[in-house]
Amino acid sequence: MPHKRYVEAFRWMLLTRILEDKLASMYRGGMISGGVYVGRGQEAVSAACGLFLQKGDIFAPLIRDQAGRSAFGEPLVDVARTYLGSRQGPMRGRDGNIHRGRPLDGQLAMISHLGAMISVTVGALMAKRWKGEKNFVGLTTIGEGGMQTGATHEGLNIAAVEQVPLVVVATNNHFAYSTSNEREFACVDLVERAKGYGFEGYSIDGTDLGVCLDVIGGAVKRARAGRPPQLVVTSILRLSGHGEHDDASYITDDMRQAPFAEDCLGLAERFIIEHELADAATIKEWRGEAGSQVDEAISTAQKEAPPEASEEDWCALSTRELVDQPE
Amino acid sequence: MSITYLEAIREAQAKLLRDDERVFIYGQDVGGAFGGAFKATKGLSKEFPGRILNSPISEDAMVGTAIGAAMHGMRPIVEMQFADFSSIALNQILNNAGTHYWRTNVPIPITVRLPSGGTQGSGPFHSQSMESLYAHYPGLVVLTPATVEDAYTMLIEAVAIDDPVIYCEHKYLYYHLKADKLPIESLPVGKARIAREGRDLTIVAYSAMVHEAMTVANEFAEDGFEIEVVDLRSVKPLDTDTVLASVARTGRLLCVGESFPWGGAAAEVIARVATEGFHLLDAAPQRVNARDTPIPYHPNLWTAHRPNAKAIAEKARKLLRE
Repeated sequence: MPHKRYVEAFRWMLLTRILEDKLASMYRGGMISGGVYVGRGQEAVSAACGLFLQKGDIFAPLIRDQAGRSAFGEPLVDVARTYLGSRQGPMRGRDGNIHRGRPLDGQLAMISHLGAMISVTVGALMAKRWKGEKNFVGLTTIGEGGMQTGATHEGLNIAAVEQVPLVVVATNNHFAYSTSNEREFACVDLVERAKGYGFEGYSIDGTDLGVCLDVIGGAVKRARAGRPPQLVVTSILRLSGHGEHDDASYITDDMRQAPFAEDCLGLAERFIIEHELADAATIKEWRGEAGSQVDEAISTAQKEAPPEASEEDWCALSTRELVDQPE
Repeated sequence: MSITYLEAIREAQAKLLRDDERVFIYGQDVGGAFGGAFKATKGLSKEFPGRILNSPISEDAMVGTAIGAAMHGMRPIVEMQFADFSSIALNQILNNAGTHYWRTNVPIPITVRLPSGGTQGSGPFHSQSMESLYAHYPGLVVLTPATVEDAYTMLIEAVAIDDPVIYCEHKYLYYHLKADKLPIESLPVGKARIAREGRDLTIVAYSAMVHEAMTVANEFAEDGFEIEVVDLRSVKPLDTDTVLASVARTGRLLCVGESFPWGGAAAEVIARVATEGFHLLDAAPQRVNARDTPIPYHPNLWTAHRPNAKAIAEKARKLLRE
């Protein structure tokens, strides 16, 4: 039986692919500063991360989590505004691309230093517990590269010590820039670490949307019910470069033929048709709707004014009387 | 009755915990029977059960956890066992807490307590003064209390501030400094204090160096020189106006900081006076810092590494002759 939220998740994946293709195209056209970072190949994992979270939960996404961000409620226009630097966006041109969030809505704004957001999520969950909130959960993501930082080790350990309702989804996309697994870690499967930290662990094929929904959804449910923190390790191939400036030419043909290299979006589309969850015409219609939403969000952001240095207050503190500004 | 600098820190935390249910303390052994490496939280876990939490030896995650909790309504105080170990948490402090308000419009009200500065025999990794490093980065308030009274009131203020505060408490002052009672009011954070009035030379100092400067000022008074001592109280924000007003009275400036010499709080004070008050100076401003080596273990080396009254007096004498 297909997961009951299969189609819903597929539509977030589709929206993400269309959005990110558009952003990549704009980057290549010189319309976006800095960089564009996409989750091509990781959409099934990411959609499953966001789909089971509710209002009041905490989501700390990373670089390749557009599908999860959208499924958790991030408006598309936040993405467009942040990439284009609109002052009406959540980051107001002060930060860009995937470094965005609305922390008071439970969407934490990642920093680039990998593993740093795990303990921040733990703290947010502890605050909720202290305030007497119930039935909440936190979910944060990491890659196999980020799994090797000291911050990740400290964060996973402290999560288990504090016994917070946390799910960590670690996606092995097989590359840290162009460095492959052999130079990243030496255990067979990163899920082996779960037991060492006091987590419950699962290792899954991240190309299979049904599996992602079952296992990540199950982990969220277990964490919400008070089980120990959950680690889900997923395996996929990053179907892009690190960013759009990287053509990923170092990924060998052999690797591209591996089962984990399948495109989760194509697999999900075939599954939907084979199981008659929707027909090709309906999917085409969804694709059109997603394209319109993306175009509208980008068009909105493009019409908005960029930040102006002369109008910036240049204050890094909220306590204005404590701002130290030498001449 | 007398109260030490360390007891004032403990009392301030007790008051904060009593008055504000959002406050909790997170750190290594802070809730244990020992009460933290310096016993700054001794007894608090009994009075405030569940709010003084022992953490793993994970400085990065301690601060990260505090950031997340602060973001969602709490007022955490993180105790570093020694300021030196906060280097492990630099990323969370500088890149997460320090950037968060600027990036997201959501401030992070955490207080990170750093047992700072040198004590004899503590060596390179239990003696550091890191205020200059933290002050270099945007988004942080850096406090350096020099008195029992300030240790108490500034910690209470630190927790009330909506932004991240680095509270540098000096280990040498923990037991050496005593006051008769705890203060009811004080100067606000960001305002420097004239610790001693004078007319011939301004010495700007903070934390334990204020007391070294006072020793020098008292010695020089016997020879008829009146040295004004300015206690910065907070390194960031830096009260440039009070420093400039003092230099306007004396015409001479000597800055003292216990941190390493390259850059730093003493250099910043001199830079500001040179750029904003050059016309007030009768002689080139001078500074005294620790030496530019790791902090030595043996007392013979340590006393020569750290700025002290002797080194300050030497510089002051030269400056007064110019």
